[in-house]
This record gives sequence, structure tokens and C-alpha cells, in this order.
Amino acid sequence: MSDPSAGTAFGGIVRRDLRLAARRKSEPLFALGFFVLVASLFPLGLGPEPELLRRIAPGVLWVAALLASMLSLGRMFAADYDDGTLEQMALAPVPLMASVGGKIAAHWLVSGLPLVLVSPLLALQYGLPADAIAQLMLSLLIGTPALSLVGAIGAALTLGVRAGGVLVALLVLPLYVPTLIFGAGAVDARLAGLSAAPNLSLLGACMILALVFAPLAAATAIRIALE
Amino acid sequence: MNWASAGEFFAMGGYAFYVWGSFLVTAACLAAEMLLLRARRKQALQRVRAERNRHEAAA
Amino acid sequence: MDAGLIRWFRYASPQSFYPLAGRMLPWFASLAALSAAAGLWVAFFVAPTDAQQGESYRIIFVHVPASWMSMFLYVVMAGWAGLGLAFSTRLSAMMAHAIAPTGAMFAFLSLWSGALWGRPTWGAYWVWDARLTSELVLFFLYLGYMALHAAIDDPRRGDRAAAVLALVGVINVPIIHFSVQWWNTLHQGASVSLTRAPSMAATMLAGMLVMAFAFWMYSITAALIRVRAIMLEREAHMQWARDLREAAA
Repeated sequence: MSDPSAGTAFGGIVRRDLRLAARRKSEPLFALGFFVLVASLFPLGLGPEPELLRRIAPGVLWVAALLASMLSLGRMFAADYDDGTLEQMALAPVPLMASVGGKIAAHWLVSGLPLVLVSPLLALQYGLPADAIAQLMLSLLIGTPALSLVGAIGAALTLGVRAGGVLVALLVLPLYVPTLIFGAGAVDARLAGLSAAPNLSLLGACMILALVFAPLAAATAIRIALE
Repeated sequence: MNWASAGEFFAMGGYAFYVWGSFLVTAACLAAEMLLLRARRKQALQRVRAERNRHEAAA
Repeated sequence: MDAGLIRWFRYASPQSFYPLAGRMLPWFASLAALSAAAGLWVAFFVAPTDAQQGESYRIIFVHVPASWMSMFLYVVMAGWAGLGLAFSTRLSAMMAHAIAPTGAMFAFLSLWSGALWGRPTWGAYWVWDARLTSELVLFFLYLGYMALHAAIDDPRRGDRAAAVLALVGVINVPIIHFSVQWWNTLHQGASVSLTRAPSMAATMLAGMLVMAFAFWMYSITAALIRVRAIMLEREAHMQWARDLREAAA
């Protein structure tokens, strides 16, 4: 029997993780719920003045999405690490990077993509005009995968470590800074009447860089954790 | 020489708080690090001694 | 060639490096003290008063060298971490750990002195200047490295995980720096920059370089002391440690 290809493994892991997430229905709702809640808190804290809300919307919505994505990192590898599935993946004849990539993709589909889809509603709450909303969705669409990819490194490094949740935040938030700056910057540019293209291209570059390096770093970290 | 008197030196043209606040905190941090390292070394040596005694007792 | 390489690798074991580090210590410590004295002398007695900023600009004589050191030490730390990952040498990981706290301290001093310089110059302790913001992120990168290593009980796993983090961090530092610069120019409202230093008189540059050298020598001294302590902690049960003269009760 020939070894499964990396692509097959990737697809298999994505499907498996999605099935598991669907069973625990609370999971995809968690990141989404946090996103909506945090976005609702800021006007309560700052006052509902439309001009102010419009100005802070790009940053606030991006930070809320970032935090929501980060909070769900604990679930990326931990369950499989605890029950030995991760070890099986590492020992399998498929490259660990393919399996890791599959888990990251599944994480994004469950904890990243929903944020993109719900963002227009929140943007309306903040009074963003239509073209800015489009930029917000686009920036989140490009940026949330980068967040999942970089977050995976933090999640892998802290497997089985006590106080892992807080530690992941400390490890990963500095690495999130470029994505946040370019993502929110794109929407800000649009609001100011400028082109969002420069920020979006830089955001895209961050995403591609993460795509190239993060699975490798995360796979290395997983092997270290399994030793 | 920049300073007509020691008083002028310490006053730093009115910016004494900022200038000395920077230099003194720097010196304090470096000194603190050295003190902490000395304590760490002493503790480490104590641990080695304890291991030695354990080893000799077992021998 | 082979004999030379073998000689170097001999020092890759804690047992050999411990006495070597001990012998090097006094030299680096003396260099640190001498160059610090020279640097401070230039900073206070040679460099003239600045026309615009008065005496407050003298803070750059600690601020800029501390910034340089915090960045330089991170790269060196990542280098040792990478060596440890690649060659599985115990000493490399220890050196990386020995450097981290000193690097974090210089990052803190850079932020502290930057804030104290910002207040008289720009009116506020923190103006979200690009360089200071980058420095803040670097400080968090150091803290993350130390926290990760501290949180993992198994020393070998801790070494390797922290090494991966250091390498990921060092790749990200230029990206973060660029993105913060970008962010700063986007929000040009405040229009302040601590990088726009006063027109650099030659003495000012010389003073900064001498202080930077002093900090560098100091960092090496601190790293050597710390790595020796780490070696003693980790290898307390080994014969070579028990045989040390200073361990004699």
C-alpha cells in the first residue's frame, strides 16, 4: 500500500477537524461570540458618538478579531496532544507539516472565516461606509489566516505547559503586530479616501511569509513537545 | 569643560530629573544585575556542595 | 584544520568552558569599567550643550547605546539558540539563556531613558514614537523567551522550544520594525521622532559609540557570570562540578 500523499493527508485532517468542531457546536461560536461581545463593549466604554466610532472602528474591529482568533488557539493542538493523536500524526509516513497545515486550515475555517463573514454587521454598528466595510472584510480575509498561522507556532510551543493560555498571548501578540498594523491600516486608508492597496499588499506579504514559515516552525515545535 | 560649578553640573540646566533619572536608573539596574548574579552564583555553588556531600555520603 | 576545529569543540562542553569563562571575566569587566568611565567623561565633560535641547539631550548617551545593545543581544541570543538547535550542544542553549535577561534589561533601559527624554523634549513621557514602540515589542519578545523557558519543566525541551521562539522572533524583528515605522508615518499627526537626533556633533557620536562599547563589554561580563551559574545549576551532579575548588565546603 503506497503512502498517502501530503495533499491527501492535508485534506483528511481538515475534514476530520471540521467534523470534530461540528460535534462540539460551541467551538465555532466561541470565537465569533467573543468577537461580537468585544466589539459591543467599546461603544459602551467610549460613548456612541458616530464620528468617534467611525474613526476607531478599523482598529477596534481588528483588535477584537485578533483577540478572538488568539483565544481559540488553545484548541488547535491541545486535544490531539493530550490523547496521543498528535504523536500518531508525527509518526505517520506523511510529512508532519502537511498534518499541521491541515489543522491550521481547519482552525481558520472555524475561528477565522466566521469573523470575516460577521464583520460587516459589526462595521454597520460602527457606522462604517460600504467601501470601508469591503476593505475590512478583505483585510480580515487575508489577515486572519496569517493570525492562525502565526498563532499555531505559539500553540505548538506551549503544548502541555502550565498557564499555557496566558503564555501563548505573550508569545504571539508581538508577532501579530505587523498583521494588525497593515490590516487596520488598510481600512483606515479607505476611510481617509486613500487607496488601501499598499496596506493590503503588505498584509498579503505577511500572510505569504507566514504560510511559508509557520507550518515548519509549528511542526518543529510539536516534535520538540513530543520528545 | 562645560560646567562652571558642581551646582551647575548637578542641575543639568534644569533637566536634572530627566538626565539623572536616566543615568542613575541605568547604573542601578547594572548594579542590581551584578548583585543578583552574585547571589545566583552563591546558590548554585551551595547546590554543588550539597551534591558533593550526598555523593560522598553515598560512597 | 581538523585539530583546530577539535580544539574549538572542546570548549563546547560546559566542563571546559567554565574555567575559560572564569579567566575571561576579569578582562571584560575591566574593559567595561574603563570604557564606561571614558564614555561618561565624554558625555558630561566633552560633548557640548545642545542649542535646542539644552542638557536633556545627554540622555542619548545611555538611551541609544541601550537600544543598540538590546537589538544586538537579541540577534546574538538567537544565534546561540540556532547553534544549539542545529548541533544539540548543551552550551549553546545555556549561552542563549545567559544573554536574555541582560538584553531584556537594556530594552527596559532604552524605554525608560526614552520616556525621560521624551518628556522635556516633546511634552509627554510616551509619544508612540516608532523606535520606542518597536523597542517595546522587542521587550515583550525577550519576556516571552524567558517566560517560555521558565514555564517548561524539562530543561532539554525548554531549551529547544525557547530556541525556536528566538529564531521566529529574530526573523520577525525587522518585519515588526518596518511595520511600526509604516504605522508611525501613517498617523503622522504627532510628528515626533526621537530618531531625529540633534545634528550630531562628532563628540556626541563618539560618546555614544564609547558607551555602546562599554555596554557591550558589560553584557559579555554579565553573560559569562550567568552562564557559569547556569552550568553549576544544571551540572551540579557531575564530577567536574563537584571537583571545583570553589565548591569545597
